Amino acid sequence: MPWNLNSDSPIFVQIIEHLKIDIVSGKYKPGDKLPSVRDLAAEAGVNPNTMQKALSDLESTGLVHSERTSGRYITEDDNMIKNLRKSLVDVQIEKFFKSMEKLGFTGEEILELVKQYAEK
Amino acid sequence: MNNLLEIQGLSKTYGSVTALNDVSLSIEPGHIIGLLGPNGSGKTTLIKIICGLLQANSGTVLVDGNPAGTADSRAAISYLPDQTYLDGNMTIKAIVEMFKYFYEDFEEDRAMEMISSLNLNPNAKLKTLSKGNQEKVQLMLVMSRRAKLYILDEPIAGVDPAARDYILRTIISNYEPTASMIIATHLISEVEPVLDEAIFLQNGSIKLFKPIDDIRAEEGMSVDELFREVYRC
Repeated sequence: MPWNLNSDSPIFVQIIEHLKIDIVSGKYKPGDKLPSVRDLAAEAGVNPNTMQKALSDLESTGLVHSERTSGRYITEDDNMIKNLRKSLVDVQIEKFFKSMEKLGFTGEEILELVKQYAEK
Repeated sequence: MNNLLEIQGLSKTYGSVTALNDVSLSIEPGHIIGLLGPNGSGKTTLIKIICGLLQANSGTVLVDGNPAGTADSRAAISYLPDQTYLDGNMTIKAIVEMFKYFYEDFEEDRAMEMISSLNLNPNAKLKTLSKGNQEKVQLMLVMSRRAKLYILDEPIAGVDPAARDYILRTIISNYEPTASMIIATHLISEVEPVLDEAIFLQNGSIKLFKPIDDIRAEEGMSVDELFREVYRC
């Protein structure tokens, strides 16, 4: 099954997001070897050059590093992965608050609603 | 680096109808390019001239440095036409043998591997297969050559979504960085993630030739949506 890509943002940006979620969710664990560019591209259903570009970008952030001949590995730095999880959480919360504010709720009301939901 | 395909000032008319008007473009190795345009925009004419099946009125086409139509340029191209040309009474195995005989760069092992991964019986006659499986067999044959330039004319038209996924995966996993591929299609949204660049043809001229992600970043929409806007009827 190819990855679910939407139409309004560049494909390589969406690949990066997808791989970040795979790292945070533990699909790829710290120190794991990533599949080859070709295999990842085939799994995602995307152009191999685009996958290459996304992986290079992840490398520049340090989340992924490459060993000259043996391939690419996930970072073993737990703090970096913790920070990544935190930044993904911030993105989700911001999205949620924005859509709730569109529905006319204030910050406090949203908090109360979330609490009620969690207790349900 | 030498371009795999170099086209300069290409024009072609059929009587009073202009099919291609002063088309110039070059393609480097390592790219998968979508050739997109509405019906009658000149896609198939352009492809046939590159393959040496049609003569242009003016302009030059070099395939891997050799003029289109010469033996060397033809040998560099693996072409999937939009219509079948294989004899339906032949078995898959016989067709594979024929390709092996015809093309020096045909890899039989690769072909047989794809046939078994598709659970196809090599002794089945082509005409006994479903339409989707016939298309897969033809794509498998084209992709089993180690060519420089692959040209696929409507490779996924008329097959179900699962077969499309298989065909697109086959294209990606057989891709070589020393080769390039041109895919002409109307089914842009399905093929878009596989492409790195898109060419828009309009009335025989190139309207746009850009990387997919540049189009998405600049226009804030997919290539499929941009196409619908540019060619709105």
